Amino acid sequence: MSKIHVNTTVNGDEVDFLCDPRETLLDCLRDKLQLTGSKEGCGTGDCGACSVVLDGRLVCACLVLGVEAEGKTVDTVEGIAKGQDLHPLQEKFIKYAALQCGICTPGILVATKNLLERNPNPTETEVRYWLAGNLCRCTGYDKIIRAIMDTAAEMREAG
Amino acid sequence: MALDDTKTKDFKFVGTRPERPDGVDKVTGRAKFGADMTAPGMLHGAILRSPHAHARILSIDTSKAEALKGVKAVVTRADFSTNPTFGPGLTGEPWNVLENVMAGEKALYDGHAVAAVAATSALIARDALKLIDVTYEVLDHVTDVDKAMAEGAPVIREGAADKSVPAGMHPNVVRYHDSGHGDVEAGFAEADLVLENSFKTEATHQGYIEPHACLGSLGNDGKGELWCTTQGHWYAQKMCAALLGLETSQLRVTASEIGGGFGGKTTVFIEPVALALSRKANKPVKIVMSRSEVFRATGPTASTSMDIKIGMKKDGTITAASGVFRLQGGAFPGAPCEFTAMCAFAPYALENVHQIGYDVMSNRPKQAAYRAPGSPMAAFAVESVIDDLCKELGLDPIDVRLKNASHKGTKASFGPRFDDIGLVETLEAAKAHEHYNTPLKEGQGRGISCGFWFNHGGETAVSLALSEDGTAQISVGTPDIGGSRASMALMAAEELGIPYEHIRCTVADTATLGYNEISHGSRVTYASGLATIKAAKDAVNKLCKRAAQKWGIPEDAVKWEDGCAVPSGANAGDFDPLPLAKITANMGATGGPIVGHFEATPEGAGVSFATHIVDAEVDHETGKTKIVRYTVVQDAGKAIHPTYVEGQFQGGAAQGIGWALNEEYIYGDDGRLQNAGFLDYRIPLASDLPMIDTVIVEVANPGHPYGVRGVGETSICPPLAAIANAVSAAAGVRMRELPMSPPRIVAALKAAQDG
Repeated sequence: MSKIHVNTTVNGDEVDFLCDPRETLLDCLRDKLQLTGSKEGCGTGDCGACSVVLDGRLVCACLVLGVEAEGKTVDTVEGIAKGQDLHPLQEKFIKYAALQCGICTPGILVATKNLLERNPNPTETEVRYWLAGNLCRCTGYDKIIRAIMDTAAEMREAG
Repeated sequence: MALDDTKTKDFKFVGTRPERPDGVDKVTGRAKFGADMTAPGMLHGAILRSPHAHARILSIDTSKAEALKGVKAVVTRADFSTNPTFGPGLTGEPWNVLENVMAGEKALYDGHAVAAVAATSALIARDALKLIDVTYEVLDHVTDVDKAMAEGAPVIREGAADKSVPAGMHPNVVRYHDSGHGDVEAGFAEADLVLENSFKTEATHQGYIEPHACLGSLGNDGKGELWCTTQGHWYAQKMCAALLGLETSQLRVTASEIGGGFGGKTTVFIEPVALALSRKANKPVKIVMSRSEVFRATGPTASTSMDIKIGMKKDGTITAASGVFRLQGGAFPGAPCEFTAMCAFAPYALENVHQIGYDVMSNRPKQAAYRAPGSPMAAFAVESVIDDLCKELGLDPIDVRLKNASHKGTKASFGPRFDDIGLVETLEAAKAHEHYNTPLKEGQGRGISCGFWFNHGGETAVSLALSEDGTAQISVGTPDIGGSRASMALMAAEELGIPYEHIRCTVADTATLGYNEISHGSRVTYASGLATIKAAKDAVNKLCKRAAQKWGIPEDAVKWEDGCAVPSGANAGDFDPLPLAKITANMGATGGPIVGHFEATPEGAGVSFATHIVDAEVDHETGKTKIVRYTVVQDAGKAIHPTYVEGQFQGGAAQGIGWALNEEYIYGDDGRLQNAGFLDYRIPLASDLPMIDTVIVEVANPGHPYGVRGVGETSICPPLAAIANAVSAAAGVRMRELPMSPPRIVAALKAAQDG
């Protein structure tokens, strides 16, 4: 099967790759662009470990085909920190020990950053439901939720 | 193992909550997990799996797959060692692992590997699987533990039973455990109330979010490299070498960052297959499992069928207890029936106790360890009966547990006498907790349970090397499954007297250290921690020796204080303290590199107990359950990094909530797994759970220099029971089968209504 040439923007950089029409955006990010921060936990859109933002919309990269990225912008975990400066969410996740193994962390950070951009003042319940598509098996979510609520409060204060 | 050089107070670093060393890597996407590694010239592997629960493999024709463009190798059982250590049966674990990794004469469960392909792309490898032609003769199958033991059940494998099994049992019963003390019949006769009931739990999967993944490279010279996500890379080295007929030391294994294990990554599945493909293709081969492969062919824990009988006096004294525990562990021996039996009554000081365990084979995947293997199910059954006894006799559930609690000197239900343990302290903390004293709302139920786990020591080797600038690097051999590198650095900082930030802890590969047992049995902070402390002490002794040389005084006239060598007393001489960095700065000229070592098999792990409190609500119309409040109280011995201890408590509770309420392996009549994905196998979501409160109790373990007890596993022992007690109270009907999913609750309510 012949491959398709895809031009897209990932974390602000213009990139291109050749992909088989059957390959997912997640495959292309990981295998063709070496952006392995997005993880495959299920391949069926159930676990959220591959969460990325596609033209501003939070999606599971395993449910998007690579060819669909043509002409769009993709934001992944690798683009959250600016240079050596971590995003407040990243700092709080480390401080609160909001990760144990860390495999779900990239997806949860991408999803949460997207939430706070839409709703800077979410309730605990809103955070829990927003993250209902991001599975974590280690933490019981407690420290994740605390880290997010504290980050949101701090970011609101910082304006 | 009592230690002479223990330290249980005045810690400077231990007990603080610094940031973990791998934090930045893990929040930026830089951390390399199993599937994140590549190699030049790498091929992609894929595995063909049996669609049948039980079938004889009559033939495998791989010719069409081999002819597909891009396919570089196809392997079947014939490509593995024909003589792994031992043969079928209990002592032949390498043989069992081989049989599981690649089927021999029979496919034994839905998902059992039968062949594998390596190709230039993952898509071609997957396409090639469809071209492999396997002819099966489908056989009768059995997946339920009680049915697998019954007369007429299909035999999974003749001759697998060991000598412990009584005569006359079905060949699927492969191990038997019988222990206890006293006279249970006499004990039941003394009781004012005796209750007897049966319980069942379904198999649950460890459910780590990272599927198994590896990258193997092996030449025909027998030298190889393996990168994989594992809880134990020395075990992977040993097992892969056995299955491929290699010399162990010729295979170097590096553990990747691990995306969760919980016991499920304590063995090998795809690693020997990748190496076999690599040897045949003479190129590196990467294999990554799909989620459905993870569910069908790895883990899960055992399912159980249990009978419990307990007698109690009106004052709450338990007079006798007995239990029968039947565990189905898939198509191989190894279900942890002895752990289930031995843990069942461990929290209680009983004069009369008797427990029997059966390890039963069925047509399911080979069970793997899951967080305190076997213990949570036993607690579910036992603590449910205790709860009923308390209710019928009008007694407080914590008071009854306190009245019967095991303590130092108690002869445990499984034999030995307990040393210092903290069960009473967890019960007292639970009783005093605001949660326990807060009234329930209408429609809510509260449940209490205790839980017990042995904990483990195991073979351990640690090396601690000092750098010229006065910093330290620790090499440990236990993969970090929950933040253990931070704990190791804290313990080393305590001994060396240098800041936590000046220490880097690395999980070393198999070529770097002596054998390290798997990260299992809650052993890492205990055993690697003990070894880190001892290795640091070894380095400190060497530092003191250099100071003694410099000062020209005897070695024993120097001691170590706050990161400096100092004269041990007035008679030793008058010298200024010599800081660590001053000694290491010119160590090359004063005797060479300074490295501390420790290699041993520590045996003082120290058992651990927990008490959990749960409040639950049940929707009587739909059967939906909600956990409204949860508190974990557990003895950690000494919390090295309290935040990560809390994390273990919360994680165990959350997994227990999933096990209790939703998670289960569902098999159809055809013996095929019907819910091999996270949509249908529902683990707890953020929106399902409340905050999980924690109380860390610290009753020092005499077997660790700082009193550490492992904390990872005990946290999953009480939840099934505590939740069952809460849900049963809220529903008004006793739930004796897990999971307590909405259909089961609705059925139980209906049955109660119908009388």
